[in-house]
Amino acid sequence: MTRIRGTRVVDATYDLTVNGQTRQVTGAHAGDSLLHVLRDRLGLPGAKNACEQGECGSCSVLVDGVLVCACLELAEAAVGCAITTVEGLAPAGAEPGDAALAGDVLTDVQQAMVEAGGVQCGFCTPGFVVAIHDLLAREPQPAPLDVREALAGNLCRCTGYGRILTAVEQVVAVRSGDGGGP
Amino acid sequence: MTDLQSRPVRGGPAGGRVGDSPIRPDGTPKVQGRFAFSSDLHAEGMLWGRTLRSPHPHARITGLDVGPALAIAGVACVVTAADVPGAATYGLISADQPVFAGDLVRYVGEPVAAVAADHPDTARQALDAIAVSYEPLPPLTDPEAAPGAEPIHPDGNVIRRIEMVHGDPSVRGDVVVEGEYEVGMQDQAFLGPESGLAVPDGEGGVDLWVATQWLHEDRDQVAACLGLPPERVRLHLGGVGGAFGGREDVSMQVHACLLALAAGRPVKMSYLRDESFLGHVHRHPARMRYRHHATWQGDLVRVDAEIVLDGGAYASSSSAVVANAARFACGPYRVPHALIDAVCVRTNNPPCGAMRGFGAVQVCFAHESQMDRLAARLGIDPVELRLRNALGPGDVLPTGQAITGTAPVAECIRAAAAHPLPPPAGDGLLERPGGAGRTDDPGRTRRGVGFAVGYKNLLYSEGFDDTSEARVRLEDGVATVACAVAEVGQGFVTIATQIARTLLGCDAVVLEPPDTLSVGSAGSSSASRQTWMSGGAVERACRLVADQVRSALARRLDVAPEALSLTDDGRLVGPGIHVGVAEAAGARVFEASAVHRHRPTTPLDERGQGTPDVSFVFAAHRAVVDVDPDLGLVRVVQIATGQDVGRVLHPAQVTGQIEGGIAQGVGLAVMEEIVVDDGLVRNPSFTDYLIPTVADAPDVLATCIEQPEPDAPFGAKGVGEPPTISSTAAVAAAIRAATGVDVTRVPVRPWDLV
Amino acid sequence: MTVIVPARLDDALATLAEDPALTVLAGGTDLMVELNYGHRRPLGVLSLRRLPEMRAWHVERSAAGHDEVVLGAGVTYTSLLGDELAGLLPSLAQAARTVGSPQIRNTGTVGGNLGTASPAGDTLPVLVALDATVELASAAGRRRMPVSAFLVGPKRNALRPGELIVTVRVPVAAGPREFLKIGVRNAMVIAVASCALAIDRERRTLACALGAVGPVPIRDHDTERWATTRLDWDASGPPHPSVVEGFGRRMAAASRPIDDHRATAAYRRHAVEVMARRALQRAWGQGRAA
Repeated sequence: MTRIRGTRVVDATYDLTVNGQTRQVTGAHAGDSLLHVLRDRLGLPGAKNACEQGECGSCSVLVDGVLVCACLELAEAAVGCAITTVEGLAPAGAEPGDAALAGDVLTDVQQAMVEAGGVQCGFCTPGFVVAIHDLLAREPQPAPLDVREALAGNLCRCTGYGRILTAVEQVVAVRSGDGGGP
Repeated sequence: MTDLQSRPVRGGPAGGRVGDSPIRPDGTPKVQGRFAFSSDLHAEGMLWGRTLRSPHPHARITGLDVGPALAIAGVACVVTAADVPGAATYGLISADQPVFAGDLVRYVGEPVAAVAADHPDTARQALDAIAVSYEPLPPLTDPEAAPGAEPIHPDGNVIRRIEMVHGDPSVRGDVVVEGEYEVGMQDQAFLGPESGLAVPDGEGGVDLWVATQWLHEDRDQVAACLGLPPERVRLHLGGVGGAFGGREDVSMQVHACLLALAAGRPVKMSYLRDESFLGHVHRHPARMRYRHHATWQGDLVRVDAEIVLDGGAYASSSSAVVANAARFACGPYRVPHALIDAVCVRTNNPPCGAMRGFGAVQVCFAHESQMDRLAARLGIDPVELRLRNALGPGDVLPTGQAITGTAPVAECIRAAAAHPLPPPAGDGLLERPGGAGRTDDPGRTRRGVGFAVGYKNLLYSEGFDDTSEARVRLEDGVATVACAVAEVGQGFVTIATQIARTLLGCDAVVLEPPDTLSVGSAGSSSASRQTWMSGGAVERACRLVADQVRSALARRLDVAPEALSLTDDGRLVGPGIHVGVAEAAGARVFEASAVHRHRPTTPLDERGQGTPDVSFVFAAHRAVVDVDPDLGLVRVVQIATGQDVGRVLHPAQVTGQIEGGIAQGVGLAVMEEIVVDDGLVRNPSFTDYLIPTVADAPDVLATCIEQPEPDAPFGAKGVGEPPTISSTAAVAAAIRAATGVDVTRVPVRPWDLV
Repeated sequence: MTVIVPARLDDALATLAEDPALTVLAGGTDLMVELNYGHRRPLGVLSLRRLPEMRAWHVERSAAGHDEVVLGAGVTYTSLLGDELAGLLPSLAQAARTVGSPQIRNTGTVGGNLGTASPAGDTLPVLVALDATVELASAAGRRRMPVSAFLVGPKRNALRPGELIVTVRVPVAAGPREFLKIGVRNAMVIAVASCALAIDRERRTLACALGAVGPVPIRDHDTERWATTRLDWDASGPPHPSVVEGFGRRMAAASRPIDDHRATAAYRRHAVEVMARRALQRAWGQGRAA
């Protein structure tokens, strides 16, 4: 096949920019989703494989700052994009990829999820954490129904969502200076 | 009485004792994405396993050639029934289910072979290459026809029948109401796929990391199928992404081990979602015919029930599920006379087994529908009718067993009813039936309120000698707990740390990773039993350790051990002595193991009579729904509940169990059903098996009724199942109230209402 | 499998001309599911991700003198929900809001919805009701056709080998527009039935297309004419009940629903009747503020 000027043709070795770092992907099967590559090539299992159909949100990541399902992204087509996974979310003041992230430093969203009881089995949790971060970055003080609509793409089977919504409320309250909680 | 809504349910920091809401010990890695679920596991040189499954609900296998699969580059091995060295079949109660189908397949999705290859896609191509020829046979799909039909299994088509005769079934009431009810097939739909990693040890044995509900039971079944002694098969708990009963049966465990032993390399298996829907048991669909007799004043006189559960192709835990359905068929009411005929049959439909609520969910829909029917017939308020007949301590159940523990049924009912009703829905799209679809006409929306009460057993029943073992070690102020409980999300790990901190007065608690090597069985994470049984084992072991510390301290102080007393909050108190147990232990090592047992139960006799249960748990639900009567679309607005919990050990976790269980109950009421047509599953995906999203979740108001259960450790009753039992029935009742439609089936579909 | 990611549309078309068997990847919300589940194994994939013109949109005056929005085929559902676009194309925004989840809306595209041509595609009845046109490009040139002609059958469209959908042209709202969709769940649900309605007050016309109740979106021009002649365009106040009810019945009769695991045909037909009535009442009520 003729290589057209300016067209990138990708084979099974390519670079992805994940959490601020350039990572080389080798030996991947062409056609692998970004989810598969993150989990099985790059050692980033935070994004989860509950459905691989875009129906559950457990694989939610940010691609160029936009919330998407990693299972619906063709890995090779994400070359050149800035990918952020749950592992790369930075507590305020840190940059993605900071050494501080190895260890128990949590973002306020992560902290609230644990404190409010929004984590049971935890399989949906990374997806929710990413989706909540995305929501609050776009809408710092969302109305309750807007929160529900924004998180409607993240399924949870354990919690019934009550404690997750409480966690979001707590983060919003603290960020807006209302102190949050008794 | 504890009203969780009035106490801020906010988790605290790490640490925390019984009654606090500390954060869970695995919470931090879970929010960071670092927690290793079984589907996240990797090993050097690992292969990927996949399973070939029958496309037919009933067929003879006339040919099976794995040669073409073996010829594909990257395929390491293929295994079939011929390669199973030990028992060809397995099962929770009777070993009736083949590891791989031999000459017959009996349900769509039945495993026929498994392959291991270097990439999941290679494995999939290998499956496509295996040449199987089937001779399709007519599938038996009507459960009511099953008993009289040609047996589809050597064990016959009746898995178990229970006839329960209580009192004098010829007695009649002034009033009789009848109804026929149906519950569709619900799925546990846990998010973490069936998955695990099998690693051969090079000496003919194998280690398996797996997401399951009972490590030791799995180990026994796997070892039997591999033809290995149990100690050569070591199971380790991989992180579990939810269970709800769907992981009680073996799924990929034997397959992965067979592949790993054949290939001599680690094998990882992780089901895709469509395979998951076929790869585990579902909730039994039920058809029920009921007759309720009552006096004019509203006292229940007699209940007749005919219950048919469709168990699908293999027995799983069906015989226990049908026994539950029979025992709880009358509901939490005083019923002097009853005639219950409950049968679970075998068909070529998908196999059914344990799901949260275990038979009580199905009969609750029927008996609560009947109570509403009766209330209408008698002109009595539905809540009043339930209060009038509500069980209390000391009452005799239809099995002849008397309730010896707590039974705050009336309190649950009153608590649920006492919560304020919600205001009318606002203008937001998501608040109205039809949601973002904008179909709603506010002038037409009708609101309805419905009520339901349910109950079931806690723990195992019918004479099963259930146990749990724990070992606790105290050293340098750190308590280490070894207990093989399968943490599936319910939060046992948190409870275990709270118990140790409370009884040993320490802050630092370490939980050993659960496996079959280092400690005995903790039993199943099911039947709402772990807080009681394994919490009880941890408690016993902690008390033994504390007692050892007391003796050691007494020797050091040169006093009699009786001079020192142990408090329930981990302190040693005596003349001039007031010290925490852990502090008193110092650098010395103290260790104890304990096994917790419950008091004996008995099987049911031929009239369904006996003392089959240890304890009972009750809950009431009130549902408020808004319905679009022209389109049949339903918005569940609010669920209020009063639940019998014995004692709240962790307020935030109890709230989580209540809210999560209610969401599953709502799902069964209005949207969840595995659609089976002639044995074929029509909707094995999250696209068409719909579980509630956050946009569908109702507001939940919960009151916990705390009457400590005498026999239970800390007086605490299990909280996982009660929220699922009557929430579905309450929503159905609310829909009836809103529409006037006689809803006799759940899930309620829009076309049932228009 | 080869993955090709061109940076310019001309390059994409040249690549496609050379190898028309390439599978086109827009948002991926349909194709990736098939890849993940092994239902498709393309030999080559052409990703449109880097083509800037695909995500752009602008307003143009058509040859007939009406404003139309020219949407790049890569415009996502989320973009359709933006204030400006939603103001110009309100019923398309309403449809976009019901698609999937925020994750899906950020990724899925109008062009993809057309390319997949599912009978339940959410934007499709809106585009048909609004007489939208698609523009198809190949190395050999461009052509346009009405969306109603482009959608040929269930999951079948009129694309020729070597062609890409490049734009969709949708008339700007000249009157009230409504979109209603039935699903059993409040979010992330495939339409059981849907109804898109548009009223043009200047020209005194009404258009209504149904989704998920036939192999392609269904319009019934006879019913539209019937309704148009019976609506009192000069009076204020709601339409006469007989018109509303008649409209609902006729649209239901025009639908061709099937029984499947999501719903019964009878329910779908009934739902169409209710939706068509409500859409008409609501649309007629908008912009009636005098």
